[in-house]
Amino acid sequence: MIKDTDTDVPVLKPEEEARLHEQHGVPVHVAPTQKRGKNNDRVTDAILTCEDVNVFYGDFRAVTGVDLDFARNQITALIGPSGCGKSTLIRVLNRMNDLIDGARVEGKVTFRGVDMYAKNVDAIEVRRRIGMVFQKPNPFPKSIYDNIAYGPRVIGMKVANMDDLVEEALTGAALWTEVKDKLKQSAFGLSGGQQQRLCIARTIAVKPDVILMDEPCSALDPIATTRIEDLMAELRRNYTIVIVTHNMQQAARVADRTAFFTALADEGTGDRTGVLVEYGTTTQIFESPRDQRTEDYISGRFG
Amino acid sequence: MTTGQRSVLDSVKPLGYRGKKLSGEKSPASLVFLILIWAALAVSFIFLLVLIITTFVEGFAVMRPGLFTNYPSSSPRDAGARPAILGSVWVVAVTALLTIPLGVAAAIHLEEFADKHNKFNRMVELNVQNLAAVPSIIYGLLALAFLSMLGFQNKNVVIGGAMALGLLIMPVIIIATREAIRSVPQEIREGSMALGATKWQTVWRQVLPSAVPGIATGSILALSRALGEAAPLLVLGGLVFVSFDPDGIMSQFTTMPIQIFNWSSRPQAQFHELAAAASIVLLVLLVLMNALAIYIRNHYQKRW
Ligand SMILES: Nc1ncnc2c1ncn2[C@@H]1O[C@H](COP(=O)(O)OP(=O)(O)O)[C@@H](O)[C@H]1O
Ligand SMILES: [Mg+2]
Repeated sequence: MIKDTDTDVPVLKPEEEARLHEQHGVPVHVAPTQKRGKNNDRVTDAILTCEDVNVFYGDFRAVTGVDLDFARNQITALIGPSGCGKSTLIRVLNRMNDLIDGARVEGKVTFRGVDMYAKNVDAIEVRRRIGMVFQKPNPFPKSIYDNIAYGPRVIGMKVANMDDLVEEALTGAALWTEVKDKLKQSAFGLSGGQQQRLCIARTIAVKPDVILMDEPCSALDPIATTRIEDLMAELRRNYTIVIVTHNMQQAARVADRTAFFTALADEGTGDRTGVLVEYGTTTQIFESPRDQRTEDYISGRFG
Repeated sequence: MTTGQRSVLDSVKPLGYRGKKLSGEKSPASLVFLILIWAALAVSFIFLLVLIITTFVEGFAVMRPGLFTNYPSSSPRDAGARPAILGSVWVVAVTALLTIPLGVAAAIHLEEFADKHNKFNRMVELNVQNLAAVPSIIYGLLALAFLSMLGFQNKNVVIGGAMALGLLIMPVIIIATREAIRSVPQEIREGSMALGATKWQTVWRQVLPSAVPGIATGSILALSRALGEAAPLLVLGGLVFVSFDPDGIMSQFTTMPIQIFNWSSRPQAQFHELAAAASIVLLVLLVLMNALAIYIRNHYQKRW
């Protein structure tokens, strides 16, 4: 099911946007002032933006010159062959890269219009607002209940009733009915799919604005994958979601917008670096790709 | 591994065999080496076994309640190791209190917070490894010098002994704790940080609890080493006649290994039997501590 988001959120070419701006007297597009490439649609209601983002691991440049907007309350998929910097980029979006020795970000990343890499911005605060679900389910070695309660506790959230919050989070992650009788049991006893939904529940328990997911289904079987995909469609109402996936069908099924990345070899060094090839609505990317490389990848001729 | 087998293997010549020289486990050189290793192991094991058996045979006869309840005496019939046992308990307990918190804190710093590229940190790291190889008597001398600096007249006090043994086992505890911290998967740290936990909260509430079994195992093994040490305490003047129960960190003391040393250096054979009996007690204690360490490792260590 591909949602046709063109109806509710218009995709604007920069010229059209400028025209609308003039017409209404207000900027329709919040953040980027920077030019976007021709195959890179801008977004009217961006919650997160990247402007000329370069990411380095030591001297190695893993991602080069990414301009990308993420629309509020939509699901944006990042696709592309492995090694093209999808994980690297998604980890930039909540400053998880700060934890990697030698990782460095150049360019501007804004969240609600604020440069999240500015000196006065606390990375901890960024991560409270922008949660993350990882490739391999990583529940804490604690009970199911404590896995959920951990986040609200450490960030000092005002919680009237923790039991209610735990139930709410588990319900939100479509896990409540399965675990409500064993909340005190270890999270390690759950199946892989349940563990991943627990990780999602844990993330929504701290009520973030954005949820980043790096290949959340790659370790799961098809049934568990379907459940997570259904869950994402639910979560979309309240959260902005960015998902990395190596599964194109998954992107086609769940995402409103899709960004296609590839790795280009540097002529000089031969090092491969990730670049954004094309960004648009999922319908457009899959049905009428504008770049030959996107078309090749979508049709399975590459990657 | 017999020559018969080898000649069969030689004649069969496996697929892809290009007439290369035999290598790995089948070459004659490595076979000889293997035999040498086994021989070395067997020799040391036999010595150990003989030692343990003779100690048990000799000491078993004088294993009596008095050994645990009596004070030392010039008559072997009445002599006991009560102050030495209590002294060992005091010194090892104070050593644990001094060393474990400090060692664990140092390990947390080195593993989680220190910049690994910083020259100073790298030097600290290297020296922790080196300290583990320093002869124990050096730590005794260090503690002796430190106590003199503080103006202690009598250096054979519980706190002094604990300092010397603490220095001795500190590197062991640091290394074991670092190992335990390192075995906590990075995903757990990332999961915690991604929720907006601080680094400190992550270490304190996720990493440390998961590392506790490893830290406990390492600490117990380190303390069992402290329990068996005599040299650094002898330097402090531990070879004294203590006929009272130690009752505080400033109390004079003697320990089990020193008592054993004392008794075995007496001329009378009965004292040698006492030394053997005390050795049994010490051995049993050490085996129990090691068993506890292994139990904790096997039953509480998290498998990820
Ligand atoms: N921690 C790291 N240190 C050094 N290089 C890394 C690190 N993580 C990823 N890379 C490199 O960055 C490039 C992009 O990796 P990644 O973002 O994981 O790609 P993807 O998720 O698209 O498969 C790869 O060449 C990878 O080897
Ligand atoms: Mg990846």
